[in-house]
Amino acid sequence: MSPAAPGAVVHSLWTTAAAEAPVKIPGPVIEYAELAPVLIVLGTALVGVLVEAFLPRRLRHPAQALLAAVGLAAAFAAVVALAAGGYANGKAHPAAMGAVAVDGPALFLQGTILLTGLVAVLTFAERRLDPAAHGRPVDSFAAQAAAVPGGEAEQKAVRAGLTTTEVFPVLLFAVGGMLVFPAANDLLTLFVALEVFSLPLYVLCALARRQRLLSQEAAVKYFLLGAFSSAILLFGVALLYGYAGTVTYSGIADVVGGTPRTVTPALAATMGNDALLLIGGAMVLMGLLFKVGAVPFHMWTPDVYQGAPTPVTGFMAAATKVAAFGALLRLLYVVLPGLRWDWRPVMWGVAIVTMLIGAVVAVTQTDVKRLLAYSSIAHAGFILAGVVATSPAGVSSVLFYLGAYSFVTLGAFAVVTLVRDAGGEATQLSKWAGLGRRSPLVAAVFAVFLLAFAGIPLTSGFAGKFAVFKAAAQGGAAPLVIVGVLASAIAAFFYIRVIVLMFFNEPRPEGPTVAVPSPLTSTAIAVGLVVTVVLGVAPQYFLDLAGHAGVFVR
Amino acid sequence: MENLIGLLVLVPLLGAGVLLCGGRRLDRAGHWIGTLVAALSFVIGAVLFAGLLGRAADDRELDVTVFSWVPVGGFHADAGFQLDQLSVTFVLLITGVGSLIHLYSVGYMAHDERRRRFFGYLNLFLAAMLLLVLADNYLLLYVGWEGVGLASYLLIGFWQHKPSAATAAKKAFLVNRVGDVGLSIAVMLMFTTFGTFAFGPVLDHADRAGEGRLTAIGLMLLLAACGKSAQVPLQSWLGDAMEGPTPVSALIHAATMVTAGVYLITRSAAIFDAAPVAQAAVVAVGAVTLLFGAIVGCAKDDIKKALAGSTMSQIGYMVLAAGLGPLGYVFAIMHLVTHGFFKAGLFLGAGSVMHGMNDEVDMRRYGGLRKYMPVTFVTFGLGYLAIIGFPGLSGFFSKDKIIEAAFAKGGTEGWILGGAALLGAAITAYYMTRVMVLTFFGEERWRPAPSPDEPSAEPAAAAHEGAMPHPHESPKVMTIPMIVLAAGSVLAGGLFSIDDAFVRWLSPVTGHEEGNSPVGALTVTAATMVVMVLGVALAWFQYGRRPVPVTPPRGSLLTRAARRDLLQDDINHIVLVRGGDHLVRGLARVDHGLVDGAVNGTAAAVGGASARLRRLQNGFARSYAVSMFGGTAVLIAATLLMRAV
Repeated sequence: MSPAAPGAVVHSLWTTAAAEAPVKIPGPVIEYAELAPVLIVLGTALVGVLVEAFLPRRLRHPAQALLAAVGLAAAFAAVVALAAGGYANGKAHPAAMGAVAVDGPALFLQGTILLTGLVAVLTFAERRLDPAAHGRPVDSFAAQAAAVPGGEAEQKAVRAGLTTTEVFPVLLFAVGGMLVFPAANDLLTLFVALEVFSLPLYVLCALARRQRLLSQEAAVKYFLLGAFSSAILLFGVALLYGYAGTVTYSGIADVVGGTPRTVTPALAATMGNDALLLIGGAMVLMGLLFKVGAVPFHMWTPDVYQGAPTPVTGFMAAATKVAAFGALLRLLYVVLPGLRWDWRPVMWGVAIVTMLIGAVVAVTQTDVKRLLAYSSIAHAGFILAGVVATSPAGVSSVLFYLGAYSFVTLGAFAVVTLVRDAGGEATQLSKWAGLGRRSPLVAAVFAVFLLAFAGIPLTSGFAGKFAVFKAAAQGGAAPLVIVGVLASAIAAFFYIRVIVLMFFNEPRPEGPTVAVPSPLTSTAIAVGLVVTVVLGVAPQYFLDLAGHAGVFVR
Repeated sequence: MENLIGLLVLVPLLGAGVLLCGGRRLDRAGHWIGTLVAALSFVIGAVLFAGLLGRAADDRELDVTVFSWVPVGGFHADAGFQLDQLSVTFVLLITGVGSLIHLYSVGYMAHDERRRRFFGYLNLFLAAMLLLVLADNYLLLYVGWEGVGLASYLLIGFWQHKPSAATAAKKAFLVNRVGDVGLSIAVMLMFTTFGTFAFGPVLDHADRAGEGRLTAIGLMLLLAACGKSAQVPLQSWLGDAMEGPTPVSALIHAATMVTAGVYLITRSAAIFDAAPVAQAAVVAVGAVTLLFGAIVGCAKDDIKKALAGSTMSQIGYMVLAAGLGPLGYVFAIMHLVTHGFFKAGLFLGAGSVMHGMNDEVDMRRYGGLRKYMPVTFVTFGLGYLAIIGFPGLSGFFSKDKIIEAAFAKGGTEGWILGGAALLGAAITAYYMTRVMVLTFFGEERWRPAPSPDEPSAEPAAAAHEGAMPHPHESPKVMTIPMIVLAAGSVLAGGLFSIDDAFVRWLSPVTGHEEGNSPVGALTVTAATMVVMVLGVALAWFQYGRRPVPVTPPRGSLLTRAARRDLLQDDINHIVLVRGGDHLVRGLARVDHGLVDGAVNGTAAAVGGASARLRRLQNGFARSYAVSMFGGTAVLIAATLLMRAV
């Protein structure tokens, strides 16, 4: 800063511009290269909007799919380049004036989200599962989003062969938000990122081609409850600002640690008021717990998972969880470590309730998508066990678990899209009876995913669960681990029940058939399977990778 | 030369792999591949032997570490081989007798559809047995130990379509498991005591460990030896094992595998020498078994089972000798080698007889076969003379030395052991003469009886009734191995005894000392001769002079007990099977009542809770919002509460 007073500077600009060297207003410093992954994804999304507007309808689908895939791949390459360039460890720092962190956990999670998105693009682009309608290939998405289900406009749209190719840019916007979410280094960026990825998801949920009403209901519920949770989170942000006088993570952490940097006069009365901190912290926490689907903020999960188009469900279940747990980790480890003794017992309780409720309620589910939804709730509980470990091992185990879990989830939901009858996907579990006799390969692949969910050794689920429980036990949370193991036992019941149903029950005469997918979905399933097995058989390399990534910058 | 040692195990293993995985394409050549593999390993063994002979007597030990097998923290096990005088002796016996029996099997199994598989199993056995005797540590030895158990199981049950063979295989496997557990415990004890499995460190420092530890290890090793070598109390499987094809009985259940227990005890000499209690147990087991097997051998009418009883008894001699310590180790191994020759020869002879007699095994339906099978008669006869200890033949030298060593033990113990060994020699002469006379002399009882009023006792006989056998000599491929083995039975003992060659060869490994016998060597030899003649004469008067009824007479109490293997199965049944039944039933009751009750109760509770909790998920967004609101309130309250506390 120039030593001259601001008034003088303005004056001099107008009067003596030629005589004195002009004093510049410092612009914000943006490290574009370090934010490249986010910028690439959002830029590609914008290009996608232009493609939607200007390209002929015929070319749009392949162009959009290809564009999205290329954009995500380029962004992943950027993440790898950053990590290789040392930004994961030595050069890690808060970028963009402290708004976005570029560090190990952020890069690890961004890489995971981008790969998840890439696989999701494959399932989004699938057009061979449904028989062609009126001579035009169709995918999982409604012909025209705005048309009333069953109404005249919708029929017209179907006849005209319209498709909603805008799902690809929408997906990219969501991915862009998710990339920022775990890297957000102040509360406002956190909130903006949350909305940037939530709103596209609400839209995507509403786009199912079959069961339009269920899909729209799911979208509305998700939107209402998401807005509700966002409001609470924003309220919490306000309270934390009142407490600390700043929204940056490091600033709040300093105040919590008793070394505030600056005191804003307007906030002098409330600064350091612990009630504000605790209430505000709990509210922000609630917003994040809503996104990860922890009990008692989980109730949207089954309804939304069931109603959303299955490719969207797979993407949402995998990527949202990764992003939200990333943000949760950063909040707890960077902002509130000084408050460990306050939030740890509370998170213990949340983790225990989440594990138990998720596992117990899943036992009586009759729909495979709802079953997987409750399974995801139980898994959120397992991951929370790693979160409360409050140790570097806890962070790395959670990172590993998220990577492993997201690919199992994507694969499992991709398999769900294959099992069909006259009404589209046959998600009723009773219809899956004897599937293993008719389509042994598909059933066997699904069985592998189920075993991975159950945490059976030689699958990634075991390695992840072991890492998380080990970290939790070392972090002094042995009772949590015991509850976790019991919940795993309950969970194993319903996973194995599906396997028994598929392989040891007689097929029903009018049962569903397995559609032959295009290479797109096959690739998605194969990637899920390979990651599941590789991470299960030889997890050490990836555990090390997550271990190296396990340090947050402040 | 070191590389050859690994090759010795690898060659038969590859042979087994090729034969078992090769499929039907190899059906036509499989038996010759198997035989060539066996012969090749014999050649390798001979080369190694020659190499050892060329070295100084105290430098005849080769150690090779092949790879680091289990390197886990403080637990370290290498796969390595040790070739010394003891193991090379076994290598020659295994591959030599093995090659002959492979050759014999080419003829014996000529009409079997699954001959290729049979040779694959035989090669597998060779590989495992060679691994057993070449391993340089107890863990690798254990691998070979289990391998021969597997091969034995597969071969006993080779004719799996016969329920009796399948049952016999299972029985052998199960009884052997008991012994295997002993070996595994011994190996674990060794590791906890010495921190390693390798022969070198364990045996060199055996005396540093406490005597209690060593006794425990020794007793466990003895248990293992009892299982594998069919010694009392784990002897019950050997008789049934005769269900396997006869070449298997000759190779595995007479000449080689069943002697693994003797190898184990001799190899672990340092442990037994430092643990007198365990050594006494070894002697007791040997003495009891040599009488037990001999008595069983007297009563059996099935030629192979009679020979099986004899095997048990002869291994009893070896174990007895091994239990005498440095007095007897050398003679145990010497008897083992000579026994390998003559017992394999006897079994092959028995197989040849069966081959000519429509697979009839009941000796009461033989008789007068010497005219029809001259080669078999002569070779079998030489084996017979060798086993009863006829002067100048193999058995004479080896068995005589064991009896002498038993007397040399000294004191009351020496008299008891020597007496038992002498008595055993008499019984041996008796039952072997009985086998000889029933088979090759007397009336031709296999011709259809003029009055078939008495129902047949043996099921095997019933199966072949009506079809009169036409006894004939076996083909050359079968008789040549018999001739070679007969030559070995005649010459081996004498060759070994020239200038104490065998003692000088083996003593650097096992140690050897001459005892002070209370009776002179000549006296012992004379006594042995006398009891032998007595045994032969008794058998001749009983079976040679009188007509032999085709249906066995009821016999005395002892005879009937001996026919039932001295009630070994009955005892096992009463003690183990019934006791086990009760235990298992009790456990099953606990399982049904307590465990299942708890499991089903838990499942019902979880299911009930699930059904109730599910109702909260009512589909109304307003209810969900309330839940979230309540959750947030609880979260805030709990956080504040934590601070207050």
